[in-house]
Order: sequence, then structure tokens, then C-alpha cells
Amino acid sequence: MKYSKLLLLILLTGSVMHMMSCKPKGAGSAVGAGAAEKAYVAPGKYDQFYNFVSGGFSGQLSVYGIPSGRLLRVIPVFSVDPEKGYGYSEETKPMLMTSHGYVPWDDLHHTELSQTNGEVDGRWVFGNGNNTPRVARIDLKTFRTAEIIELPNSAGNHSSPFITENTEYVVAGTRFSVPVGGNPDVPISSYKQNFKGTISFISVSKEGAMDIAFQLLLPGVNFDLSHAGKGPSHGWFFFSCYNSEQANTLLEVNASQRDKDFILAVNWKKAEEYLKAGKGVKQSVKYAHNTYDEKTHTAKSEIRTEVTTLDPAVLKDICYFVPCPKSPHGCDVDPTGEYFIGSGKLAALIPVFSFAKLQKAIAEKTYDGEFGGIPVLKYEAVLHGEVQKPGLGPLHTEFDGKGNAYTSFFVSSEIVKWNIKDLKVLDRVPTYYSIGHLCVPGGDSRKPFGKYVIAYNKITKDRYLPTGPELAQSAQLFDISGDKMQLILDFPTIGEPHYAQAVPAELIKGNSLKIYKIEENGNAYAAKGEKEAKVVREGNKVHVYATAIRSHFAPDNIEGIKLGDEVYFHVTNLEQDWDVPHGFAVKGANNAELLIMPGETQTLKWVPEQVGVYPFYCTDFCSALHQEMQGYIRVSAPGSNVPLTFSLGKQGAAAADTSKPASK
Amino acid sequence: MKKILIVLGAVSFMYACGNGSTQGENKAAGDQQTSQTTDNGNPSYDPERGSGKFTTVDVKPELDKSMAEAGNKIFEVKCSSCHKLTDEKLVGPGWKGVTSRHKPEWIMNFVTNTDEMLNKDPKAMAMLEICLVRMPNQSLSDDDARHIYEFMRENDGVK
Repeated sequence: MKYSKLLLLILLTGSVMHMMSCKPKGAGSAVGAGAAEKAYVAPGKYDQFYNFVSGGFSGQLSVYGIPSGRLLRVIPVFSVDPEKGYGYSEETKPMLMTSHGYVPWDDLHHTELSQTNGEVDGRWVFGNGNNTPRVARIDLKTFRTAEIIELPNSAGNHSSPFITENTEYVVAGTRFSVPVGGNPDVPISSYKQNFKGTISFISVSKEGAMDIAFQLLLPGVNFDLSHAGKGPSHGWFFFSCYNSEQANTLLEVNASQRDKDFILAVNWKKAEEYLKAGKGVKQSVKYAHNTYDEKTHTAKSEIRTEVTTLDPAVLKDICYFVPCPKSPHGCDVDPTGEYFIGSGKLAALIPVFSFAKLQKAIAEKTYDGEFGGIPVLKYEAVLHGEVQKPGLGPLHTEFDGKGNAYTSFFVSSEIVKWNIKDLKVLDRVPTYYSIGHLCVPGGDSRKPFGKYVIAYNKITKDRYLPTGPELAQSAQLFDISGDKMQLILDFPTIGEPHYAQAVPAELIKGNSLKIYKIEENGNAYAAKGEKEAKVVREGNKVHVYATAIRSHFAPDNIEGIKLGDEVYFHVTNLEQDWDVPHGFAVKGANNAELLIMPGETQTLKWVPEQVGVYPFYCTDFCSALHQEMQGYIRVSAPGSNVPLTFSLGKQGAAAADTSKPASK
Repeated sequence: MKKILIVLGAVSFMYACGNGSTQGENKAAGDQQTSQTTDNGNPSYDPERGSGKFTTVDVKPELDKSMAEAGNKIFEVKCSSCHKLTDEKLVGPGWKGVTSRHKPEWIMNFVTNTDEMLNKDPKAMAMLEICLVRMPNQSLSDDDARHIYEFMRENDGVK
């Protein structure tokens, strides 16, 4: 206690001295010297790294600049986003369709950047939908969700969306084992007989298109996290799993009985061979596959009805269980591809396994029985060694490419740096508070970029000004260029940050799309120029082909809408300059608004419920005359004889029934 | 009194600190400005030509019909929202007579290098003061610009 008082005194003195000097450091007592300089990116200058951070229960993915911690963008993926119209515009609604219908809010846990030869290549970032199991691919030219595939026979898609070293596959493993084959109606207590875990290997084409290549049917356990082999272990994939007790209730206790659960080693090259040899079994299932077309600015959703399964209990040499203490969570492979690490949430040590030893143990059949028909290897036969007393509650490990590993510890709230070869702890720093995932740029690839480790914390408490009961979560940036880790910044995040990845800005920034070329706009309802602006009635559907340019809509006076009509505003932004979006909002729309990028067409469905005149306007400040960017649409009673007319620039007495905007 | 002195001391101290960094920033900004001024005040800047990649445009006395037709198509998609073909101002000035007000080089530079011209060309800046809406860069290719110019000539009566 005395010690802490002394420390407090020193800190106080230090902070007073800081205040008196020319560089106030604020409350940064845990912050090392020069921290501000290290995290400072001058106005107008770019960050060195993009950081793609999962938004957890927000269902989105956020993009930060590192080292500044600037929020650059929130990319909507599995949840509607009123800021961008995602999930509200007619064009984007199909992206959120599933076999269960429209799902407006999901839970995105992990991000994974595409790789070539085990190195981050900057083409795409993948994200997993945890609740209604899906995998999304986000195109890093547009920073938009390009594709989402749902996973049948799956629930709680947690050990996902990790990839192989040439992005051949992105994987998805079930956290919840479930009755497979169309989710039959069985007693929950029949878990051991009827429930299966599955792991899906989703192939990714050169253009990025995703397709479920095969599913492995596995014993009913909880698959948690995973990482692909690389280099010598390329062709293998490693999945942590817990609940080898196969409990179906009070897992907190019942799934924590055994000293060891497993890491599942999957020889996916072998699985490919079996698939080729026709050993796959087709199952009738139902899952959605959604794609966004950049030319038509339109998404489409289709339902697929078949998946090919492989049974590793029959096809013996695909899968092997490696015992791992205790309830392992993180499953990480070092940059050389030789070592894989299981982080037992309830273990007091970190086991490091050797891929060479795994191969030897398999060749010599050094088994310790079977689990669910799959061989269990002897722990010692695969073990390289254990990190002793590293901390409490190890979760995840990333690498700096210099032979060091960085493991997050939830319970003891710290990051511990240790050496992979000799398993010695080298340094530890506290995190504020209760770190979950962590990220070193390129830290799960063959070529980590080092320099920083970023902690993603589960609890924020007193780190920022209070904002009521609900607080932003936090990330913390540490400089790891020296021997000691040094805290240099913390910043709030969107939703709960689970896994995140970072990549040098050079790999992405030059490819960024600036506008959609109006000539290439393939939207069926595009109006390319005001000459094409029109209003067309088809029964009770009214299509408004509108254009937007600084600073007016064409047409901006519309009459002849009848109560009971469905009005579709198809708004084309005619601008062809970077960063000149227009917005569109109509009074009383109980759907949403639109935001339309230059050259793009987006559609808002509006069903007026009362007779009257409704204003619409541009919601995104576009020019000095933005406040003038507005219009009116008149809704009449069902039987009225007001003709359908539209105009622009017609003043005065009743609008004539022109067939063209009047400005021409 | 003592308190005031302390406060004063602190204020002047902070002021000194702040000033130091402000000066630093000003210097950087000043440098930028100097280089811009040099650019701007360069006696070689030709206000008749404007700023951009076009130095000389080869214009035949008679109209090139196919170029004008291509220009008309671009006009309808990218220009007609804001410009009329008469001399009436809509968002921007009407196009009637534009080819007698400006040289072809100036027009083609303005429609392809819009932001820079709006920032430093005297004639473009004067128009912005009247219209108050910055003309958008409509991402025209070099050929597009030439076709637009030919369409403007047709609109101005060149046969």
C-alpha cells in the first residue's frame, strides 16, 4: 500500500512537471515518452496502415487509420446502415436475405484479409456473420460488401472467416453443433446422437466468387477459432474446439470438466482428393447466396439447395484431434508455419505444437484413442513445448515476424510477449480493460509488418468521458518496435471489436474507386441525363426516374400519385467528381433515405398513407445551394382525376401535363 | 495579487508555447502559399488559355459534324442539368456565345481541370462569384472535351 502511495506521489509530481513543460501529456502515466509523436499523424497526412476492425454485435466492419486511430469508414456488412442506405434501398435489400428471410442485424466477429503466397494482398477482406451463419466478402476497391454466402448445417459461425495462404478457401466452423440435414425436430437431450459440428470450406475464385466446396461432418462439439497452415503446413487447417464433454446445458460448468479439449487438424488437400474421387455425399439443404453487381448497383439473392459433405469418421485420414488444455479459444499459426498455438481459456499455460511432430505422430500412429471416430493424437507427441505461467485466460496470439508471439490475456488483462522457440516470456503490458483479440499488422500471415500491436478491449469503464450506461468499446495501440511494448494511444470503436487485421496503406489506397462512370451505369432504372428523367405508371406502381446534380432534382414537381400507389424513386446522381454524393429523403417515408454516389442509381420505395403534398430534398450537403435542392410530390385520393405529370422549372399556375421536364 | 501574477505567468507561458507551434504551422502554410503565388503570378500564365493540358487546339473553320454530334450526347448526360443552350443562366451560364467569349484552349482546360481553374483563373473565379455553385468536374476525357467544344461551336452557328 505504501508503495502505491509513493507511486501516486511520483505520478502526481510527474504530471505536474508535465503540465509545466511545453508538452502536456495529460493523464498518460502509463504512457511512455514520445507517445504523442508516435501516434500523431498531421492534418492532411495519411496513416501508415488501414485497420479493419470487426464491429461485433453491430454487425458492421469499421476501418481505422493506424497509428492515428482515425475512424475512416464503417462498412455495412450484416446489418442495415441508415447512414449509407444499406439494407434500405431496393438495390441493397437482397444482401441481407437468408434462408430465414430478411435479417437486418447480425453479429460480425472476425475479419480476414485475402492473401497470396501467405502475404496480405489487399484485394478483399472477409467477415463472418455469427448468428445466422454467413461469410461476407468486402471489395477493397469500393469498401463495399460484394458477396454474402449463408452456411447450411451450421449455427454460430464462429471459427470463421479464416483463409488458406492463397485464398483458395475461406472456412466456417460451427460454434453450436446442430441436427444436420435440414434441422430436423429432435429432443435437445439427444445432442450426443443427433447433433453434429460442421466445418465448411468455401472456395474463392480468382474474381472472388464464393461457393461451398465441401462440408466436413464432425462430432458434436463447439468449434471456436481457426487458422490455416502456411509454408510447410500449407494444405492443413487448425480449429480449436471446446465442449468435448458434449454438454447441451449449463455449458459454463458442464463444458469445463475435462482437462483437455482439442485442436482439430484438417488435411484439406486430402479432403480435396476424396471429393475428386466422388466420396462426397450430397445433402439437400437451403441457403442464400447474395451478390452485389457494381455495374447495375444492384444486389441479387438466390437460394441454393445442395451441399456436398465428407465424413471424416469414414474417410479416416482427413482429420486428427490434438489434445489441448483447457477449453481452447485462439488457434494461431506462426509465420514459419511450423508452430501452432492453442490458447486454453482456462489453462495456466500456453501449449505450442509442432507441425513436424504432428506429421511424425500421424505417420507413426501415436494415438490416444478416438473421439467420434476420429483419431486422437498423444499430446506429448505433438507438443513443441509450453509457455509456463504466462498469465490468466490466454485468448489469442499474433506474431511480429521476428520470432516473437504476442498473446492476449482476458482475465489478467494484459498482452504478453514471448519467444516462440525458447518459450520464454519477454515482456508484459496491462490493457484497459480485459483484452479480447489483438492485432499486429499482417500478424497472422507469413510476412507480419510488426511495428504495432493493437489491443481490442471488452470493457471500457472509466477510459473516456462517461456517456451513460452504454459505453463505446476501446482499442489500444502499442509500439512494439523496441524490446518493450509501449502504450501510445487508445481510441473508441464501433460495436464490440473482436478480431481485426491491419495492412500497409500502399496495398490498398491506390486501387480505391472514386466514382461510378455514368456511361457504365447498368441499372435498369438509371436516368443518364435529365432528358431521361421521367415518371412512369405501371398499374399501382409508379416509377420516378430522377436525376440529381448540384443542386436540383429532375423532375422536382410530381403530381397524379394516388393513395394506394407504390412509388419507386430511382435517383441517379449525375455528378462525375469524387466525393459528391447526393442524398434523397421524402417526408413520411417509413423506410429510410438514400445516399447516392456519383454515377450511381439507388431506389427508395415509398408508400404514402395520406393524401397531401410531400416535400423531398437532398440530405447530403452538396453545394452553396444545397438548401434549394428540393421538390414536391402530390398524393391525391384514389378516385381523383389529377393526371400524372412531372416537371422541372415550371412556375405558376397548375402544372401542365408535360411529357418532358420543362427546362429543355 | 500574487495569485494574479501566477495566473499571468501561466498564461504567458502557455501563450509562448502555443505561439511557438502556431508559428511553425504558419511557416509550412506560408511556404505553400508562396509556391502557389509564384505559380499564380507567373507572368507566363495566359488567362486566355487557362491552366491545364491544352496548349493549342486545332480548330477548322467549318464544323466537324461527327464531333459535334458526340458532344451533344455528352451534353445531354453530363452538362444539360445546369447549362441551357440559350444565353439564359440556369445553374451555370447559358452556352450561347460561349465560343466567342473564350478561346477553345480555355474552355477545354476549364471542363477538364475544373477545380484548379476555379481556384486560380481570374475569369473562372469571376463566374463562380456570380453562379456560387462550383462547376463539378464531370470526368471528361480529352476527346470528350474536344467534342463538347465542337458542339458549342455548332450551338453558336458554325456550319
